[in-house]
Amino acid sequence: MDTASAPPLAAPLDIAFDYTRSLGPVLGRFMTGLRDRRVLGARTADGRVHVPPLEYDPATHAPVTELVPVPPTGTVTSWTWTDQPLDGQPLDRPFGWALIRLDGADTALLHAVDAGTRESMRTGMRVRIRWAAERSGHIRDIACFEPDPGPPRASGSATGGDPATASDLDTSGDPDTSNGAGTSGDLSTSGELVTGITTPIRLSYTHTTSAEESRYLHALSEGRLLGQRCPACRKVYVPPRVCPADGVPTEEEVPVHDHGTVTTFCVVNVPFAGQRLDPPYVVAQVLLDGADIPIPHLILGAAGEVRMGMRVAAVWRDPATWSTTPENIAHFRPTGEPDAPYESYQEHL
Amino acid sequence: MRRAAVLGTGQTQHQTRRTDVSMAGLCREAIDRALADAGVDWPQIDAVVLGKAPDLFEGVMMPELFLADALGAAGRPLLRVHTAGSVGGATGVVATSLVRAGVHQRVLAVAFEKQSESNAMWALSIQPPFTAPIGAGAGGYFAPHVRAYIRRSNAPEHVGAMVAVKDRRNGALNPNAHLRQPEITLESVQASPMLWDPIRYDETCPSSDGACAMVIGDQAAAEASERPVAWIRATAMRTEPTYFAGKDHVNPRAGAEAAQALWQAAGITDPLAEVDVAEIYVPFSWFEPMWLENLGFAEAGHGWKLTESGETQIGGRLPVNPSGGVLCSNPIGASGMLRFAEAARQVMGRAGEHQVAGAKTALGHAYGGGSQFFSMWVVSDTAGR
Amino acid sequence: MNPAVAIIGFAQAPCRPSAGTTSGVETLVPLFHQALSAARLDRREVDFWCSGSSDYLAGRAFSFVSAIDAIGAYPPICESHVEMDAAWAFYEAYVKILAGEAETALVYGFGKSSAGLLRRVLALQLDPYVAAPLWPDSVSVAALQARLAIDAGLVTEEAMAEVAARSQADASTNPYAQVSGQLTVDDLVATPYVADPLRAHDCAPVSDGAAALVLAAGERARRHREQPAWISGVAHRVDPQGLGERDLTTVPSATAAAEAVSLPADLDVAELHAPFTHQELLLRTALGLGDRVRINPSGGALCGNPMFSAGLARIGAAAEQVMSGQARRAAGHATSGPALQQNLICLLEARS
Repeated sequence: MDTASAPPLAAPLDIAFDYTRSLGPVLGRFMTGLRDRRVLGARTADGRVHVPPLEYDPATHAPVTELVPVPPTGTVTSWTWTDQPLDGQPLDRPFGWALIRLDGADTALLHAVDAGTRESMRTGMRVRIRWAAERSGHIRDIACFEPDPGPPRASGSATGGDPATASDLDTSGDPDTSNGAGTSGDLSTSGELVTGITTPIRLSYTHTTSAEESRYLHALSEGRLLGQRCPACRKVYVPPRVCPADGVPTEEEVPVHDHGTVTTFCVVNVPFAGQRLDPPYVVAQVLLDGADIPIPHLILGAAGEVRMGMRVAAVWRDPATWSTTPENIAHFRPTGEPDAPYESYQEHL
Repeated sequence: MRRAAVLGTGQTQHQTRRTDVSMAGLCREAIDRALADAGVDWPQIDAVVLGKAPDLFEGVMMPELFLADALGAAGRPLLRVHTAGSVGGATGVVATSLVRAGVHQRVLAVAFEKQSESNAMWALSIQPPFTAPIGAGAGGYFAPHVRAYIRRSNAPEHVGAMVAVKDRRNGALNPNAHLRQPEITLESVQASPMLWDPIRYDETCPSSDGACAMVIGDQAAAEASERPVAWIRATAMRTEPTYFAGKDHVNPRAGAEAAQALWQAAGITDPLAEVDVAEIYVPFSWFEPMWLENLGFAEAGHGWKLTESGETQIGGRLPVNPSGGVLCSNPIGASGMLRFAEAARQVMGRAGEHQVAGAKTALGHAYGGGSQFFSMWVVSDTAGR
Repeated sequence: MNPAVAIIGFAQAPCRPSAGTTSGVETLVPLFHQALSAARLDRREVDFWCSGSSDYLAGRAFSFVSAIDAIGAYPPICESHVEMDAAWAFYEAYVKILAGEAETALVYGFGKSSAGLLRRVLALQLDPYVAAPLWPDSVSVAALQARLAIDAGLVTEEAMAEVAARSQADASTNPYAQVSGQLTVDDLVATPYVADPLRAHDCAPVSDGAAALVLAAGERARRHREQPAWISGVAHRVDPQGLGERDLTTVPSATAAAEAVSLPADLDVAELHAPFTHQELLLRTALGLGDRVRINPSGGALCGNPMFSAGLARIGAAAEQVMSGQARRAAGHATSGPALQQNLICLLEARS
């Protein structure tokens, strides 16, 4: 294969982690409320009620301490429509995103409205919370909002948290009381305070290599190691890349031997998240013959014997399995040659 | 050049998991303490600079945006700095420049990391396609360079353990420290498991939740302060690539040149004689002697002798990390600012139990990436020349 | 007491739907060369380097670190990085020069927006407790703002389409633009919604790209550039994020930044970083720009929106107007965060 004309390689890079978020006093009470099918707003010094709650008063900077209940009904202040929901969004069928000011709140909450069709959405429409069947104290305990057939209410004024509005709390007709937990009108908190939430984050990327790196990978698929000589400093880099010391691109590619010298190393005895090998194993810096920069790699077959200056050689996997990946080299092994003198690699530490 | 000073500092209680607070709560714990320490109220803050390491740690893209209100930044200028592990220091340097440029009178610098939201090792070990699966973890990156240092300097093996004992005992004097181990001994460190040979468990930093904040003010603000301030005599930042042919991982040129520039700007000709205390970014014990050399406190190959002779203990010639340092508390994004703030506390005479008596001039130091990003400052109890 | 500071060089990569490596290095190397050539400066003469980018564009922690390789940073350099659009890196460099800590600076921004699903990735900018777990995408968030502006009578779908038509027509002479064309408002408003009330032409394309800009102080600027673009002011502010907390039809942070630089109403040119058509209209009001001001002769972000360099590119495009003698006074604007949360204004002028 003519590696010089090989197109840049690309491959998927997926990252996924379930983030654990601690909540603190305000968000903790808010999430506890959601678990118990109650919405709490934060009342700031000016009397305004914020849903979702603020942790700090924007005017005074003081921590918010007063949380007040608001009803599960509200008014859409703005909306848009999603025909093709993305991964992780509240609904997997077309739905509306909306800013919803709950009755008695002075600010609006962003959430989904299960309106069926775009034509059903409008500014000023009345909606109510549809609670999730399983609730843990999470914003997704609100499964979504749905159009509320009930009579319109006076909206907007800073009446939230007024004792009168507590009586407006929805206690009937909620379609989702199947699990028999306390109704949303029950002001007492059932169970422990929610102190944390888990948020899975899954993202998919396409990772794209440079032309130089692609040529290197194509050479690897043929069992060859390729380096580049920097036109400015004349140092040989493997893999080939823009010279980090001079900031100039590759011009001259040079073959590099698959034998080399261990400059330094460490023994990894510890397991850690994201690890792909079982400890213990030795990760060494290997200065390949003909290269001016070491590469990190595994040294196997020399338990307890690995040392600075040790001569090693690449152990290639079965050529039948080779592809455009550095994994074609399984690890390095000692060659049994005499150790390289310290002076020969001390500039590479 | 205009003068700038640290008017006050604040930091959180650092621990593995601060499950009692949100990200805003964590930051505000440090900020509220810094404002109180500085005797400054919100209306006097002109701008906010926030530093933090990778966003993947918390799973929030540019978290300063959602935090803007809680940080008191709404309606004000807000900058977000990210220079890897050196970021806490870099954040202090950027805030200082804003004051020195005459743009602002008082700037709030904040740095935080809430590492318990995810797992730092996971976030740092994400391996892109087309690379070999030979991750060694954070300690595995630095352990070979420690080995190279030991080989190059012929340092005796127990020096690393000595640093761990000193820093953990210092940490016991610091009520904010994550690890406080007054009973630790050389023998117990040497008996702890070898994680990344030659680095033992007790020679590694913890993973912490924590935050740090500082109020940096101009000359007028400093002179108006009722409490002692820490005058910023000089700052320096230098960067070099992660890997290049001929890179010195043991004694990186970027660190050495940053230090030279720093001492020159501060008018210091003999750092060991003229600096009273140093807060140096030491995530693995052996980096104390390595950085003592890199910073010019000792000749190359001789840094370990300062450590071994006890000169870096409180009461020695150059106490290093009297707060316990990174070995006791490591909220990565904040770790550098903690070094800068602890240096300031020393010259303000407000370091509490870990105060170095008579400290007049102090170094704050941070580094990050593959020993490639360096930020540092020198603070003094007087404005200097 | 502070030195005068000017922009003396600018370069950008063409905005493309998919181009370049995830690391950005190969894109940046020629870009630095072009920007420095325009400034007649050697890279060794750059006192301070500063960049803007985001780890979440590449999906990797410390993604900005490898970009340093493009500089050739050995011997070591003075360098810093913001996790923001590079317009804020420009601000940091500007302050460094004001403070007398540097005389010259190179600022760059880069990002491969196409590596992930950008509008979903940007959901991670929202509050991680009450908003991000629902994954509201950035286009939908902008649509909520557009609807509020329409309902308030501040903009119309026709006025939005006019912005798109003007931008795409202007972009046809801009070789760096990703989209351009001659369109009519009638045709545009007949197209389907992508996120009601936003149509495709109302939204910036997803662009890969990069930009670099060179700054210098006083005499140094005069020596290196015949007609530097002198910076008469830079200011930036941030608003609270809460989408239902603030009035999304106003942009107080942009207004405050404009006031801080005494932005005149009679500029020759303003390059506004408005990734959505309605945002340009809101910004014109927030910034107090009169009808005489020529908006986005480059076509603006609507015709090429490389994340984390598009704001810097607006400043660069405004500077080119001054450096080329086409404008006496020009402004560059950058935005960051959902629904115009954070805004920066840079006022530039020619001086004889």
